[in-house]
Amino acid sequence: MNFDLIEEHKMIRDMAKGFADEVIAPSAEEMERTGQYPYDIMNKMAELGMMGIPFPEKYGGSGGDWVGTHICIEEISRGDITLGALLDVTTSVTGQEIDVFGTEEQKKEWLVPIAQGTKIGAFALTEPDSGSDAGALRTRAVLEGDEWVLNGTKQFVTNIGLDNASIALIAAISGKGQRGNIISTFIVPKDAPGFQLGKGYEKMAWHGSATHEIILENCRIPKKNLLGDPSRGFAQHLAVLETGRISIAAVSVGVAQACLDEALHYARERTQFGRPIFDFQAIQFKLADMAVSIELARNQYLKAAWLKDQKRKHTFEATVAKLFASEMVEKVASDAVQIHGGYGYMDEYPVSRYYKGAKLLQIVEGTSEVQRMIIGRVLAGGM
Amino acid sequence: MNIIVLIKQVPDTTDVKLDPKTGSLIREGVESIINPDDRHALEAAISLKKAEGGKVTVLSMGPPQTIDALSEAIGMGANEAILLSDSAFAGADTWATSFTLGKSIEKIGRYDLIFCGRQAIDGDTAQIGPQVADYLHVPQVTYVFEIEKILKKTIIVKRRLEDGYERVQCNLPALLTVIGELNVPRYPMVGKLIDACKEKSPIKIWNASDIGVQANDVGLEGSFTQVIKTFAPKFKRQGEMLEGDARKVAGTLVEKLKENKLI
Ligand SMILES: Cc1cc2nc3c(=O)[nH]c(=O)nc-3n(C[C@H](O)[C@H](O)[C@H](O)COP(=O)(O)OP(=O)(O)OC[C@H]3O[C@@H](n4cnc5c(N)ncnc54)[C@H](O)[C@@H]3O)c2cc1C
Ligand SMILES: Cc1cc2nc3c(=O)[nH]c(=O)nc-3n(C[C@H](O)[C@H](O)[C@H](O)COP(=O)(O)OP(=O)(O)OC[C@H]3O[C@@H](n4cnc5c(N)ncnc54)[C@H](O)[C@@H]3O)c2cc1C
Repeated sequence: MNFDLIEEHKMIRDMAKGFADEVIAPSAEEMERTGQYPYDIMNKMAELGMMGIPFPEKYGGSGGDWVGTHICIEEISRGDITLGALLDVTTSVTGQEIDVFGTEEQKKEWLVPIAQGTKIGAFALTEPDSGSDAGALRTRAVLEGDEWVLNGTKQFVTNIGLDNASIALIAAISGKGQRGNIISTFIVPKDAPGFQLGKGYEKMAWHGSATHEIILENCRIPKKNLLGDPSRGFAQHLAVLETGRISIAAVSVGVAQACLDEALHYARERTQFGRPIFDFQAIQFKLADMAVSIELARNQYLKAAWLKDQKRKHTFEATVAKLFASEMVEKVASDAVQIHGGYGYMDEYPVSRYYKGAKLLQIVEGTSEVQRMIIGRVLAGGM
Repeated sequence: MNIIVLIKQVPDTTDVKLDPKTGSLIREGVESIINPDDRHALEAAISLKKAEGGKVTVLSMGPPQTIDALSEAIGMGANEAILLSDSAFAGADTWATSFTLGKSIEKIGRYDLIFCGRQAIDGDTAQIGPQVADYLHVPQVTYVFEIEKILKKTIIVKRRLEDGYERVQCNLPALLTVIGELNVPRYPMVGKLIDACKEKSPIKIWNASDIGVQANDVGLEGSFTQVIKTFAPKFKRQGEMLEGDARKVAGTLVEKLKENKLI
């Protein structure tokens, strides 16, 4: 048993930490306020190899592992939540699905630019009438000669609104089997004929994240853009979403750490009743609880990522990490605002932004209820 | 262009604390980093290499964990690194350190430029650069904040002075010590960091016999200076109020200043 990070992981952490503090954090407030996407920061992250940590060098990656990837996601999220989410979607989910299930040709064409970060990937599963019940999707794909023709609507698609987004992985019904609809996954380029980008959503927070609707109206893509096994498109999606859960846990830990850092700093500076509020036990206890839950959540996402690197089953561990960390960060962010008192509600203090951002982590990549359903199924012996 | 960069791994704090009992540095719980000035030296070397072609070799003397600093330098884009590590090197003063570094540079062989930081945040002497240049008999320019031009056999740089700067042209090979104003250091790249941590990483380890020195020429034994005692100075304000009229007070003040050899 060994809990030490290896040198490679420490190096990635230190680099990402410096980058988050020096490059991301100073622009995070402005990104949130203006809703301008941080292309310059993304390009720097790409140059440093952060977008392709787990992929082989021959596909443009850094040849690292999932522990390293998630340590990087945590640190980047400490700087800004939306950039952590960007890494989750482009690397952990979209990039991985192409890496694991793609053909050599597909990897060369689509994975390489995603791993290098010159292009950003998106993952479109959710539809207006199919969210938690993802299997109830309605988008259809029909093979016509050498082309697949897709029709349907995908919503809440992270990253796709970015100018440098190249593709969305789209799950669609491609036929009927003995056990119901056959779902396949397609690599759909943003510039395919019939691909319409809906307008960006007005959101509570995450303004630096480019969430859009996608409308597919007789959208035509080459036959070769089918990804993986045509009858296992849904299973492929679920496989990479398991990693997405670890990533959202790492994002949660990063944001929570930022909350604790701010709250601790503020508690030492703010004086009431003639002494720093840190001296009040009620405040110290809050800070202690924050530190405890962050520590546990971090250990859990690292364990899940480590199991994945060992190529071992980690459904339970990844789901525990996601559920615990995303619930934890909402509480931690709320306490961080509380410690700031009225100032915490003001936009000029970062904790108000952290608080608004944290809520979403209980919803994306499967809601907390869905995580509990999965854990329930594991307990019942079904997974 | 063959460039050598000398880097030192230092504790990540300018507020170094000493153990009051032993007088030695408290390293527990303090992370180690590349000496801040040396990051600028690395950046200068790596960007010069990118512009002019050639190779960057990084050299550091220190305990085995110094390898982390060298891995980071590789991550930033250095081609290879050498760690000088041997129990015989321990306890070196600045002269012994410079001698060991100088010997190693001779072993590396061909070079056009050597970059150092101005000063290490722990030892703080700013002696190593100048002493290494002296040992190698190459010209040195200290406090460099701008590299203006590289010509065939010379280099033109600007060095910071208290109230201005000097523009210096000097022959190559040369040794430059640099200050933070020179550039903005890049971050290491993930892929290169990972490569640096692999078994086939471009980091070599040399000991005393590799550079052809005897144990008594280096380290504590090879040092001309010996540390008798290290201690944290106590800051006690010893104020003294002078009383009387202005004439008398002024007189006493002058006497006191003379007494303490201040005037
Ligand atoms: C900003 C943002 C970005 C997003 N990015 C992406 C993306 O990139 N790609 C993508 O595919 N999706 C994305 N999503 C969609 C997200 O994954 C879904 O919103 C989420 O899965 C929930 O689906 P839903 O919104 O349809 O809610 P619903 O499924 O309608 O759920 C409503 C409520 O009912 C609960 N519920 C549902 N079923 C059950 C049940 N069986 N038992 C108990 N409770 C249940 C849910 O937990 C929730 O509380 C994004 C969403 C947002 C807001
Ligand atoms: C009188 C005296 C006695 C000492 N005795 C001891 C002792 O007994 N035991 C002990 O452990 N230490 C001792 N030291 C400390 C040690 O010698 C110095 O830390 C070391 O020589 C470097 O000097 P510096 O830190 O002042 O570096 P500076 O001269 O301030 O550094 C300038 C630049 O030189 C380069 N450089 C410095 N050190 C190295 C290095 N190790 N490898 C590669 N490049 C380097 C870097 O580019 C750096 O930016 C002593 C120092 C002095 C002044």
